[in-house]
Amino acid sequence: MSEKPNVAFFDFAGCEGDQLEIINLEERLLDLVEVVDVVNFREAMSEHSDDYDIAFVEGSITTPHDAERLEEVRSNADTVIAIGSCAVFGGINSIRNEQDFEAVKERAYGEDAAMFDDPDAELFDSFEQAQPAKAFVDVEYEIPGCPVDGEEFIQTVTAILQGGDPSLANHPVCVDCKLEENTCAFERDEICLGPITRGGGCDAICVSQGTRCWGCRGMVDNPAEDAYSEVLHEYGVTADELVNEFTLYWSWQREHGPQADVQEVEQ
Amino acid sequence: MSQNISIEGDLVTRVEGHGELVVNATDGQLEECEWQVVESPRFFESMVVGRDWDEIHHIVSRICGICSVTHTMTGLKAVEDAMAVELSEQDIKLRKLALAGETLQSHVLHLGYLALPDLVDAKSVVPMAESHEEEVKTVIRLHKLGNELIETVAGRSTHAQRTIPGGFSQLPHEAELRDLRTSLEDSWGDIEAVVDLVLSLADGLPDFTRETEYISLTDPDEYALYDGVPYSSDTGELDLAEYRDIVNEHVVEQSTAKFTKHNRESYMVGALARFNNNYEQLGPMATAVADRFGLNPVCHKPYMNNVAQLVETAHLVEHSIELIDSILESGLEEQSDYHKPDVDVTAGQGVGAIEAPRGVLFHDYTVDEEGTAVEGNCVIPTNQNHANIQQDMEQLVPSIIDQPEDQIEHTLEMLVRAYDPCISCSTHYLDIEFVDEQLE
Repeated sequence: MSEKPNVAFFDFAGCEGDQLEIINLEERLLDLVEVVDVVNFREAMSEHSDDYDIAFVEGSITTPHDAERLEEVRSNADTVIAIGSCAVFGGINSIRNEQDFEAVKERAYGEDAAMFDDPDAELFDSFEQAQPAKAFVDVEYEIPGCPVDGEEFIQTVTAILQGGDPSLANHPVCVDCKLEENTCAFERDEICLGPITRGGGCDAICVSQGTRCWGCRGMVDNPAEDAYSEVLHEYGVTADELVNEFTLYWSWQREHGPQADVQEVEQ
Repeated sequence: MSQNISIEGDLVTRVEGHGELVVNATDGQLEECEWQVVESPRFFESMVVGRDWDEIHHIVSRICGICSVTHTMTGLKAVEDAMAVELSEQDIKLRKLALAGETLQSHVLHLGYLALPDLVDAKSVVPMAESHEEEVKTVIRLHKLGNELIETVAGRSTHAQRTIPGGFSQLPHEAELRDLRTSLEDSWGDIEAVVDLVLSLADGLPDFTRETEYISLTDPDEYALYDGVPYSSDTGELDLAEYRDIVNEHVVEQSTAKFTKHNRESYMVGALARFNNNYEQLGPMATAVADRFGLNPVCHKPYMNNVAQLVETAHLVEHSIELIDSILESGLEEQSDYHKPDVDVTAGQGVGAIEAPRGVLFHDYTVDEEGTAVEGNCVIPTNQNHANIQQDMEQLVPSIIDQPEDQIEHTLEMLVRAYDPCISCSTHYLDIEFVDEQLE
C-alpha cells in the first residue's frame, strides 16, 4: 500500500446526509485529504477510480443491482466501513420492511406499480426489504447515526489510519443525556428510546434540543431490557406504542437481532 | 462535418442517484436523445402510512440530506394544514430564517463545489484547493455561514430537531441571533469575491436559449420561499390545493422518477424560475448582482440557473438580516427549552408547499382522527425538472452535433448540473459511454 491510503465513498438508497455531514467538516476535510487520497466521492467529485483501500458505504441495499455493486466494492476494498443508520442496520428505509410490499409499491406508484412486475423494466427491479450492507458482505467497521456525527467520523477514521481500535461506545444514550443535564423525556410525557439506544456519538442531541431519542444509532449490544420495561410500565407506555417506536429505525434489527455481531466481523 | 455518435448510458451501472444520457446519431442525423433517471425507489409515500402525525416530518426529512430542513418543514406545513394549526409570527420568521440558511448552503455547495470546477477545467473541488486556494476558502466560509444559520435556529444542519408541529421545541437566544447578524453582514466581501470569480468565468457557460414555462411560488409580500401560492409564467396564479393538476405526474419508462408537465411539454422550477417569476421582489444587493451579469427576467437560458443561484445567495443574506432585525425589534418571546405546542389532533388532509433550493416542493398527507397518516404524496423539485432537461437536450444536441463527442458530453453534463439536481437523486457524475460507430 502506498504511504497514503486510497479512500472511496459509495451511496446506495439513502438521503446522502452522511456524506453531506462529511462535506460539512469543511476545512477539516482538507486536513483529511492530507492523509488520504480520495479517489471516488460522487457527491463531490467527477474523478473516479476502482483502486481504493478503504470504502465508505452509505444507504441501504434495496435492489439486486445495489447488491451487485456492493459486492464489487467489497472485492476492491481492504476495509469496508458502513456510515449512517441506513447502511449500518437499515434505518428509516426499513420502515417498509413491516409493510406489505404490494401495498408499498401501490402507495408510491399507483397503477404504475405494475412496472415492478415487468421483467423488461429493469429499473424497477426491487427487493421487498431495505437491508444494511452487512446483510450482503462483510463490513469491518460501522458508524451509525442519522446522520452520522462528523466528530465520530473523524475519530473513527483517525483510529483506523493509526492502526487503533475504533470500536463504538456501548452505553445507552441516557448516559449522554445525564451528562447534558437534560430533563428526562419520559418526564415530559414522551416515549424515549434513549435507555436502549447506543450513545457515545450524538451527545443526546435530540433530547437536548427538546425532543426525544428516536433510536437512530441503533440498539446497544446488551440492552437492559428489564430496567427499560420498568420505566415503560412506570410511565404507562403500551406495547403498541413501543412497537411503533421500534419500527421507526429498527425493523431490520428487530428481525435479525440487535447489533451484537457488529464488531464480530474479522478485522 | 457529419458524424456518427453513439452515447450510451452504461446500463450495468444504472444505480440510485445516477442519471444517464443516451445520444445516437448517424451521419449527423439525430436518432435518439434521452435523459434517463435511475434511482432506487424509496417509497416514502408508503413509509409514512401508519405513522403518527408528530413523526411524519422526522421521516420525510430523510428524503434528502441536503434539503432536509425544507422537507421537514414542508411535511410540517402539510400536517399543520390538515389539522388547522396556526403558527405564531415569530415561529414563521424563524422557519423562514432556517430555510434561508439551507438554501444559502445548498446554493453555495452547488456553485462552489459542483459547478465551479467545470468553469476552471477541474474535475472537482479537490485540485482547486491548490489551484484556487483563496476562492475555495471563501466558498467554505459561505457554506459554513449557511449551516450556522440552520444550526442556530433549527439546532442541527442535517435532519434538524427543533422544528416540530406547531412551532419549535427550542428557540435560539437573542445573543445568538445578534452574532449571526454580524456574520451575515461580514459575508458581503466573500459574496462579492464569488461574484467577481463567477463573472470572470461566465463566458464558459454555454449560450443556449429555449423558451419554457416557469413555475414557482409567489407571495404579494416578499420574494416567495417559505409561503406563497403556485404561479406559472404561462398561466398565472394556481391553486395549491389542486397541486396534482399543476404537476400532472406521470411515469415514463426511462426513469424511476416521475416526470411532470403543466401547460407545455415541460416546465422548469428552481432559482431561475423564482427569479423570472418574482424578480421585482429581490433585495437591492441581489438585483445589483443580476445587473452585473446582465441577467433580466424573463431569462430562457437554463445554464443561467447557476447565476440565478448566485443572485439568490445575495438575496438570502439580505433576507436573513431583515428577518433577524424584525425578530429582535419585537423582542424574542422566550419559551421553555422543551416546548411542545398544543395541537388539537383532528382528521383531515393537508398540503404544504415550500420553495426548496431546487424549486417548489409539495407534500400532502391525510390523517385519521387519531392523527395517524393514511396517505401521503410528495412531489420533488428535481422530478419536475426532468422533462425540461429532456426538452433542452432535444433542442440543444442537434445544434452541437458536429462538435467532438467529448465536447458534447461536457456540454450536456453541464446542462444537467445547471439544474442542480438534488444530490440525493443526483446526476452530478453521469455515466456516459461513447462508442464510435462506423458507417456501413
